[in-house]
Amino acid sequence: MTATLSAPPAERADGPRRRVGPPGGIDRLFRLVLRFAGLAVLVVMATVGLFLATRGAAAISEAGLDFFTTQTWEPDSLDFGIAAVLVGTVLIASVALVIAFPLALGVALYISEYAPPRLRRALTSMVDLMAAVPSVVYGLFGSTFLQWQGVDVPRWLSIQFGWIPFLDVEGADPDNPLSTDAAYVTSTFWAGLVVGFMVMPFICSVMRESFTQAPQGEREGAHALGATKWGVIRSVVLPFGRSGMIGGTMLGLGRALGETIAVAMIIAPVFAIHTQILGSGGNSVSALIAQRWGAASPFGLSALMAAGLALFVLTLLVNFAASAVIARSRSGQGSD
Amino acid sequence: MTAPEVRRVTGGARRTDLASALGAASAAIALTGLLFDQIAPFSGAVAFVAIAFPLFLGLYALLISLHDDALAVRDRLASAVVHSLALVALGALVFIVAYPIVMGAEALGHLNFFTDDMAAAGTLDPLELGGVLHAAVGTLEQITIALVITVPLGLACAVFLNETRGLFTRLVRTVVEAMTALPSIVAGLFIYASLILVLGFERSGFAAGCAISVMMLPIMIRAADVVLRLVPSSLKEASLALGSGQLRTVWHVVLPTARSGLTTSVLLATARGVGETSPVLITAGFTPYLNWNPFVDSQVSLPLATFQMVMSSEETMKQRGFGAAAVLMALVLVLFVLARVVGGRGPGGRSR
Repeated sequence: MTATLSAPPAERADGPRRRVGPPGGIDRLFRLVLRFAGLAVLVVMATVGLFLATRGAAAISEAGLDFFTTQTWEPDSLDFGIAAVLVGTVLIASVALVIAFPLALGVALYISEYAPPRLRRALTSMVDLMAAVPSVVYGLFGSTFLQWQGVDVPRWLSIQFGWIPFLDVEGADPDNPLSTDAAYVTSTFWAGLVVGFMVMPFICSVMRESFTQAPQGEREGAHALGATKWGVIRSVVLPFGRSGMIGGTMLGLGRALGETIAVAMIIAPVFAIHTQILGSGGNSVSALIAQRWGAASPFGLSALMAAGLALFVLTLLVNFAASAVIARSRSGQGSD
Repeated sequence: MTAPEVRRVTGGARRTDLASALGAASAAIALTGLLFDQIAPFSGAVAFVAIAFPLFLGLYALLISLHDDALAVRDRLASAVVHSLALVALGALVFIVAYPIVMGAEALGHLNFFTDDMAAAGTLDPLELGGVLHAAVGTLEQITIALVITVPLGLACAVFLNETRGLFTRLVRTVVEAMTALPSIVAGLFIYASLILVLGFERSGFAAGCAISVMMLPIMIRAADVVLRLVPSSLKEASLALGSGQLRTVWHVVLPTARSGLTTSVLLATARGVGETSPVLITAGFTPYLNWNPFVDSQVSLPLATFQMVMSSEETMKQRGFGAAAVLMALVLVLFVLARVVGGRGPGGRSR
């Protein structure tokens, strides 16, 4: 008798298997509810842009393309645009990233590579706590303490590096001992610095996540080949975490662009493109909305909605780019 | 007979390392002090640090290079830089958390600060009059409304992302991820444009709660999604193999397994939502009066009250602002510690 053995099933990757039997009625209902929840969230998120656009349409159609080139904000005399605030937003976000990136990299490397294992959980919690600190507290710290106590920083920078156009401060005379500090506070620099502290934990946690996922085998291989700790970091950890670094930084950028209250508390609003980041005055889209909201006419509200729409589109673009970059890394995947 | 092998210690600091770090630090400080006092006309703490730190790095490298090669020098320098960056960032954190509490201590010392609103107190009145009860009530009511909306919807959406697959699921996940950094002021504008202008609600605590929940939803969904993904699929399969359907599997296996992580995600989102100022500014407006009813009239919250009070030029008003910030900070700290204690077993830890 020849028994034919059927071929053993091909090796399959271990993963969730599909159920074959038809799901019961209650499960169908359950899945319907789930789908409904997903749909509800999707609808809420998708209509954000829609509502802003319909409300801002009146202002945009009135201003036309001038909306993007006008610097002043006088919606009631039909002379308004987001050129100044948009440039201010980008400047603040760039300062924030210049501050936040090295700090986040240092903290992430410290937690994942240098800190004693016992401390790691506590340090991670501390960074998460930093992310949970309300922005108004950061704003408070920046506007009443940091910018007055640290006024030496922009002064020193502008004296030493004043030949760089960005770092010059017009109207401030460093040789005059009677000159006040007022020229160096309420500036883009301070707003950006505080926002940088705010976004640092977000960048840091993405970076740390991707650093800790660097494969142990490769680390040990590098150690075995005689690499120092820095050698391991440079040749294994950093290359492995590159997409996490870029993606985390862009997530931080998205947050920095949208930060409102801390900026509104620190900056002295100016409606002109003001590129001297150390000197007093600057603005951002969200700070503009927060400042002008209370006293705006119906048309002014429409104009503010339009500004909000511009901010929304900007952050959305940055975020999509960020999640595309992060998705290419392996973070959070395959944890089963 | 050989002695059992002992794992060798590869890391750790040697005594000479510590000595050179301390030596370099003291030399750098002394040298900078000398520069400041005797040689160059520098002044200010910032310049001191700006000069002392590079000096420290240089001296440290020099000391290491006395008995090690260039590779070791680079390693130690990188280590020194990473350590100082971490120190700066974590020091700043401690400072920022402690600052409003220290500055608000004076306002917090008055009992009426917790039991009064600002109805009786003008800007010039001393701290014996007025308090932030109205803001605390507003914050609690608004966050409750936000939680009532966010928790069921967010949980269902997170389960949806994990239990179904397909194009629609991927779309929802992408949109939710992109929305995690939705500027909070845009969330406020959205609720203003939809709930208030279209549906005809008035500016109230309810609208603020909705705006906060729009902001919290993506944060919570994303955190819960990660936690749910960590539930071992063997557990789910075991449940399905025993004949239970999807609903039973989710209800009796997935959710209990992920309970601590899910609680953490809710608490972290709450901590973020409690501190949001701009949605409340846009949708609820500012009022100095106590308002228990979140559906009628303006209602202020702690962060918004802080913002308004600190922007005032009066010293007592500023102190009240610091006090409100301290109360807010304490609230966030409690939520955060709670999140850590509940989630202490780490995401995916089995409940017993």
